[in-house]
Amino acid sequence: MNKNHRVPSNRTLNAVEVKSKFGAEFRRFSLDRSKPGRFDEFYGLLQHVHRIPNVDLLVGYADVHGDLLPINNDDNYHKAMSVAAPLLRLFLQRKEEADYSSFGTDTVTRKKTPAVLAAVLLRPDANKKKPPIIISLPKDFRPVSSIIDVDILPETHRRVRLYKHGQEKPLGFYIRDGSSVRVTPQGLEKVPGIFISRMVPGGLAESTGLLAVNDEVLEVNGIEVSGKSLDQVTDMMIANSHNLIITVKPANQRNNVVRSSGGGATSGSSGRSSDSSTSVYGYSTPGSMAMTPSHIIQNYEPDEESEDEEDLVIEADRGTKLNPQAAARAMASTSMPALPRYEPHLDLRPSNGTMATSASVGSLNARDRGVEGRNLEEDGTVITL
Amino acid sequence: MMKFRFRRQGNDPHREKIKQDLFAFNKTVEHGFPNQPSALAYDPKLQLMAIGTKSGAIKLYGAPGVEMTGLHKDTAAVTQIHFLYGQGRILSLLDDNTIHLWEIVQRENRSHLIEVHSFNLPGRPGIESTSATRVTVMLLNLGCDLLALGTEGGGVHFLELPTLTLLNKSLFQDEVMQSVPEEYKCGKSLGPVESLQEHPKDSDKILIGYSRGLVVLWDLNSRHVDNLFLGKQQLESLVWERSGNSFVSSHSDGGYMVWAVSSSNPCTHDPISSTIPYGPFPCKAVNKILWRTTESGAPLVLFSGGMPRASYGDRHCLTILQDSSHVTLDFTSRVIDFFTIHCTDRDKEFDEPSALVVLLEEELVVIDLQMSGWPTVPAPYLAPLHSSAITFSSHISNVPPKFWERMISAGQQQCPLQNYDNWPICGGKNLAPDPKQKELLLTGHEDGTVRFWDASGVSLKPLYKLSTANIFQTDCDHNDSLTQAGEEEWPPFRKVGCFDPYSDDPRLGIQKISLCKYSGKLVVAGTAGQVIVMVLSDEKSDHMIDVATVDLLQDREGFTWKGHDRLPPKMGPVVFAPGFQPVVLVQCMPPAAVTAVTLHAEWNLIAFGTSHGFGLFDYHRRSPVLARCTLHPNDSLAMEGPLSRVKSLKKSLRQSFRRIRKSRVSGKKRAVVNSPTGKVREANAQLAERDAEVTPVQRRIEPRSADDSLSGVVRCLCFADTFLRDGTHHGPTMWAGTNSGSVYAYALDVPSLEKFSEQSVEALLGKEIQLMHRAPVVSIAVLDGRGTPLPEPYEVSRDLAKAPDMQGSHSVLIASEEQFKIFTLPKVSAKTKFKLTAHEGCRVRKVALSNFTSVSSEEYSENALVCLTNLGDLHVFSVPALRPQVRYDCIRKEDISGIASCVFTKTGQGFYLISPSEYERFSLSARVITEPLCRMDVERPHDLSAHSSSTTLPPQANGTHKTQAESNSVETEDLLEEMRSALSSPVLDSPNSSADITLDTTGDLTVEDVKDFLMTVDEAENNFRNITEEDGRPPGILIN
Repeated sequence: MNKNHRVPSNRTLNAVEVKSKFGAEFRRFSLDRSKPGRFDEFYGLLQHVHRIPNVDLLVGYADVHGDLLPINNDDNYHKAMSVAAPLLRLFLQRKEEADYSSFGTDTVTRKKTPAVLAAVLLRPDANKKKPPIIISLPKDFRPVSSIIDVDILPETHRRVRLYKHGQEKPLGFYIRDGSSVRVTPQGLEKVPGIFISRMVPGGLAESTGLLAVNDEVLEVNGIEVSGKSLDQVTDMMIANSHNLIITVKPANQRNNVVRSSGGGATSGSSGRSSDSSTSVYGYSTPGSMAMTPSHIIQNYEPDEESEDEEDLVIEADRGTKLNPQAAARAMASTSMPALPRYEPHLDLRPSNGTMATSASVGSLNARDRGVEGRNLEEDGTVITL
Repeated sequence: MMKFRFRRQGNDPHREKIKQDLFAFNKTVEHGFPNQPSALAYDPKLQLMAIGTKSGAIKLYGAPGVEMTGLHKDTAAVTQIHFLYGQGRILSLLDDNTIHLWEIVQRENRSHLIEVHSFNLPGRPGIESTSATRVTVMLLNLGCDLLALGTEGGGVHFLELPTLTLLNKSLFQDEVMQSVPEEYKCGKSLGPVESLQEHPKDSDKILIGYSRGLVVLWDLNSRHVDNLFLGKQQLESLVWERSGNSFVSSHSDGGYMVWAVSSSNPCTHDPISSTIPYGPFPCKAVNKILWRTTESGAPLVLFSGGMPRASYGDRHCLTILQDSSHVTLDFTSRVIDFFTIHCTDRDKEFDEPSALVVLLEEELVVIDLQMSGWPTVPAPYLAPLHSSAITFSSHISNVPPKFWERMISAGQQQCPLQNYDNWPICGGKNLAPDPKQKELLLTGHEDGTVRFWDASGVSLKPLYKLSTANIFQTDCDHNDSLTQAGEEEWPPFRKVGCFDPYSDDPRLGIQKISLCKYSGKLVVAGTAGQVIVMVLSDEKSDHMIDVATVDLLQDREGFTWKGHDRLPPKMGPVVFAPGFQPVVLVQCMPPAAVTAVTLHAEWNLIAFGTSHGFGLFDYHRRSPVLARCTLHPNDSLAMEGPLSRVKSLKKSLRQSFRRIRKSRVSGKKRAVVNSPTGKVREANAQLAERDAEVTPVQRRIEPRSADDSLSGVVRCLCFADTFLRDGTHHGPTMWAGTNSGSVYAYALDVPSLEKFSEQSVEALLGKEIQLMHRAPVVSIAVLDGRGTPLPEPYEVSRDLAKAPDMQGSHSVLIASEEQFKIFTLPKVSAKTKFKLTAHEGCRVRKVALSNFTSVSSEEYSENALVCLTNLGDLHVFSVPALRPQVRYDCIRKEDISGIASCVFTKTGQGFYLISPSEYERFSLSARVITEPLCRMDVERPHDLSAHSSSTTLPPQANGTHKTQAESNSVETEDLLEEMRSALSSPVLDSPNSSADITLDTTGDLTVEDVKDFLMTVDEAENNFRNITEEDGRPPGILIN
């Protein structure tokens, strides 16, 4: 637990001076840079020092470039703490009055002074030009389809996450039975396998470019498909359809990622799959596990998606006997998975698959992303690697 | 499987031991009537009956409870079975022309049937085609040391028994032909051997009947033709008269002839008498004839077939003739074979038959030949479950004795002859202990009947039959008068047997049943949306039924029902016999098939659901409480009544089957496969198979959407006294789950007992839960504060169950096709879950909460969730933690009807249909096992099994192993404990250990593994090393 020292003159290297502004009020305090604590503790502290315990807040800070960036999770809180030099300027807004468009590049420098910014914050509807790019809050980020675990998978394999959350697009692909050739101690052996057989034009799979016809499906959400029937794999995919992670062996092997020998250690933001230790594909599991730093954030765990899988519970009005028709109507409206307020973002998001990939939430480091993006552009025509 | 290895090592050995004591999978016994029987035999000395089937099984039946099964390695049809009298040996002839010798052996103090020998008759190379050596008939001599085989080519071969070695004294037709007069020969062959019969007095002589009609009395010793009988009609069968002075032959023209055997006349041209009983118009063949002498005078003649072709050619008949008494038993399915139980003592002068046993394609009928009028004897086993197709089954455990008695007495008034004391087949000794509790199996049928079966023991006995058709106006009413008129004609038909697969109105079909065993109340729901509430009454009654209609559409617009009409109820009072008598009929509108029903007798409420919605009905006040439409606005299919379309297709199929049945089928008894029809059938089957293979090989991957068709189908309903409104006040609730993953929870206001008549029941919608994955909700159950399922109504108030924990917080278990989830109440927040489909790729088909008691201690028991998946495997999960415990393969995944018919008991057993007429019973519990335990003591010369005792027991039909029951002593426990402390440290260091994930291995532990535990620790440790190294895994990781 970080302690509020309330000693503004503490100028040691370890201390971060915090100047927090809520409305017209300022609070100043300091925090220990080496032990920033957790975001929720920090959030509680802010509510406490501003004496607004029950107000939902949107926390923003001005970074070194003068951009107003949000603080709403441990990661960006720690980032803010680490870059504060040494003053950390915070801007608090009531959540219900928050102006999301104020965040982004150049938001602070454009206005030159935080004071001006603060004025803008207070009058969100003031006449001003829309910032060129809107960055939504990371908390509200919609996870998008992406290639994950590039650092730990063999180069011939690709793990793809198809994230359908809140989209009208169908997943849009079909699978079939087939056979593939495996190298075994006895030589080449034909084994049955599951393959992508067809793409629905405009579907998630096709528009993201993550899957292709004749890709062999190896795993579904961490579970190997070998030995399973087509129907079983179908059921597994449908059961995981809201957050489907498929490991494939792409039919087109020319777009594979080239990995430097350093491998996993450099690409710190990638995860490892919890099941990869049991995979039979022959890449050295213990080695990669030893190399991967222990603090790695997993990209997924089998039960991670509990939040988005939350079942909908409707409390009926207790006072009156509910009209079944009305209830059914309520049911129909609330059971729509797409929440309207996401829609502006969705519309702005480019539908191009490459872009979607590169915009994914930090699951690829810059180098990987570049390689991946280029390769996808050059699909199949030029050998670049 | 690989991926579970690591997790398993984290398992707690103590937990493993407990699991072993709780769970074990065994397929224990088959109830009902064997599917497609093809052969019958009887051993009068052992009083055992054997039935062979087309799938290659041999089933032995003796006294009730005495059952044994043997399965041939090849699934060829069993065409003939013969007992070696008194020896406990059986010879079987298969369709692939192989002969097999079986023996009853004693293992583990009980009897088993095992195969010891087989024989294939070699062809004479270059001379005869293979079909010539096809065995047509077999004859075992009375001494049981010689087997004669008649073949298609007309030869007779001899084998020594029991070694099945071919003797070099075969008799071929040319040898017989030498004695045949020239004018009879006509240059034609004699045809296949149709019958072989040993002379009843002189065991050296056998009677050989050839297809063309020639019958020869052959002396085995002198190899000489004693007598020739120059029959001119195509021969079907032969039977000796007991004295040996005459024999009877039956023929393909529908007649039979009596021939005298005299040594003075070696060549007989004409029989003593020749009769065509159903002539003069052309008749079908008399397939088999028996001639039994009686002390009282006229012999008894029994024969099958022989009906006039044009008028009754499609009937399956067996005629009993004695003097002027003449009965034509009219069966509903084909006669496979029959025998009489009579005196076989050679010194006695007469046969004195006491009973006739007829094996039909679909049932077994026994006729008492000693009582006048030849009544049928009810069979204590081989019940024709499928007398009308089974549409639903339900199991009631631990039936209260009082209710049991009332039901039995109701059943006895229906069928007064329901004691099995005079059952004639009574060999063997049933060693199974008397069942501790009474168990009831209810089957709902297509014709609207509900049958009650005693499922307490090995043999499933009928107890009571309930028909729901009599409360409706249907077309079948006047049918009875038609058949009655027919019965006064010649021949004197008598309808026998209860197999009647044709339902006259498919709407009568039973869909769901719910029974309260304490109050004797029963709810039966059917295909036309009818829900009937019945009460068990000991008195006859004549009353009107209250009819109520519940509109489940609730004024939804834009839908029209295109399915069947509802069943019109009968007007005015109806007479009801003692038993379950209907009191209220609720009809759902639209009249779609009822898909779920439940009953709470304490609250006087029933809930029912269809593809359109669900309703709640107070049957005490006869008033509807609630109706709720569950249709999705886009779902149009549900409205059109897809079920009715299926039904009408079925109807047309049925009509075409009737036509096939009526078509002329010539009565060649053994030509099952070789006949053109058989070939066509085979080809059709192959085609059908190929069609099944050409299923679309592509599967679309898309999440379920809200408007999938039939999303509104109500899949399950349940009543519970729990906390829905708030955490402090519990009260009656009703839960409904649909095909699209919606759950509706209603808080009910049920007035107290005194106020029941003035105050009405109220239902308030409390919660609606939409499961995000939208998979169909298969089952809903409420767990109390201790995590145990709530008891049934009346169980607590009658002190039959512990009161549920109302202090701790309740939770609701919702099982969908994809996952199990437990939500806390009243907040309905997810507590635990297990995503079966995401993990295993299988979908839930059936679930039940069962209680498993440990084999080592009766005090220790656990509740578990038992689940059958679409792959046919069984999973057991702990409750409420939802941890996987064990997994067993049970049903082939292609056997969809088997999977659909599965029903679980409350004690960890289950039933499923392996054929339309047979239930397989299985047990998941290590303690509660109902299996045949019988002993058949036999004495035989030259015991084969003595020197072939190393032959391992054939896998029982199920192929599972027995878990030991007694060997788990306290010592084992201690040793286990020690071993764990000695060996467990590496586990804890292993990064892969996940001690909290308990995935089961019980199924992999064999008896041998357990014995290892009984050794000293060092030894056991070494063994473990060995095992580990064999498995190629580092020894440090694997520990149990």
